[in-house]
Amino acid sequence: MEEHAGQVPASTAEASGVGEGKPSGSFAMYTAGLAFALLLTGASFVVSQTDLLWAPGVPAGLAVLAIAQMGVHLVFFLHIGTGPDNTNNVLALAFGVLVVALIVSGSLWIMAHLNANMMLPASAIMEMQR
Amino acid sequence: MSAQAVTAGLAESGEEESRDHSKDGPAPVRIVVAYGFWIFLLSDIIMFSALFATYAVLSGQTAGGPSGRELFELRHVGIETLCLLFSSYTCGLGILALERWHIQRFYVAFALTFVLGATFLGLEVSEFVGLVARGAGPSHSAFLSAFFSLVGLHGAHVSAGLLWLCFMVAQIATKGPRDFIRRRLFCFGLFWHALDIIWVALLTLVYLMGAR
Repeated sequence: MEEHAGQVPASTAEASGVGEGKPSGSFAMYTAGLAFALLLTGASFVVSQTDLLWAPGVPAGLAVLAIAQMGVHLVFFLHIGTGPDNTNNVLALAFGVLVVALIVSGSLWIMAHLNANMMLPASAIMEMQR
Repeated sequence: MSAQAVTAGLAESGEEESRDHSKDGPAPVRIVVAYGFWIFLLSDIIMFSALFATYAVLSGQTAGGPSGRELFELRHVGIETLCLLFSSYTCGLGILALERWHIQRFYVAFALTFVLGATFLGLEVSEFVGLVARGAGPSHSAFLSAFFSLVGLHGAHVSAGLLWLCFMVAQIATKGPRDFIRRRLFCFGLFWHALDIIWVALLTLVYLMGAR
């Protein structure tokens, strides 16, 4: 009992020390993040403005660069990492990404189909009306 | 004896309770606050995703008016991107400086953040004014409506962020860098960095793909 009573305050003090005083990243981390982000932004501009990539592949290339840059921002600026404090943040992020993917891809899919169905040739519409 | 027994009992019940949550006890306030704010940011990003989907669906519907290829100036957009990126960097450095109790450096970093953010906003407003002056206002076509609501909403977020930045600097100046103010500042940092993430998506989908 005695040991217990002595131990617990020490461990909570340590925990709050870690929580409140922990620096969120470091100068090197922010600078590395800035360097990566600049590199990827520059690459995006180059890819979109030159013929470096095969033309039909440019949107895919831009998407890859954008997703990479978002990852850089998340890791180096927002400090979403693999630490034990971060498990909940990562799970929430995964759910957010799922919802965003559903909204964007679902909208595009549905609207593309609607659009395609609106483009029936006039003869087909006449056929349907008969 | 009784006081000690009470302490021991409390300690034990505290540990009992914490064992239910995790091995290390309840998370520190700072982690919980950041988690709550992170969920808010994700919901904000989900709201943006609806506008992104709208833009992606409508980007071809120019109603005979100008398309993105004729309207967007990539040099202008590149400067905007650099402003936002560097303001994110200086914001991070400012928060870092405050955590290490360099108040002066914090003020310098946040002044830079403000100037860069305001420059971004000024460039965006000048772009909007130019578009409206060319007759390419939001009422011209579905593409332009979607463009103005998506980019405008991001601009509104940046404006709110600049206002929040001023409040945070005022709070640091008057109340000092206490724990709860530093937590607020940390949330502001998350908000500012998240705006940068949204801008990356915007830059790619709207400007880089649109200008091709």
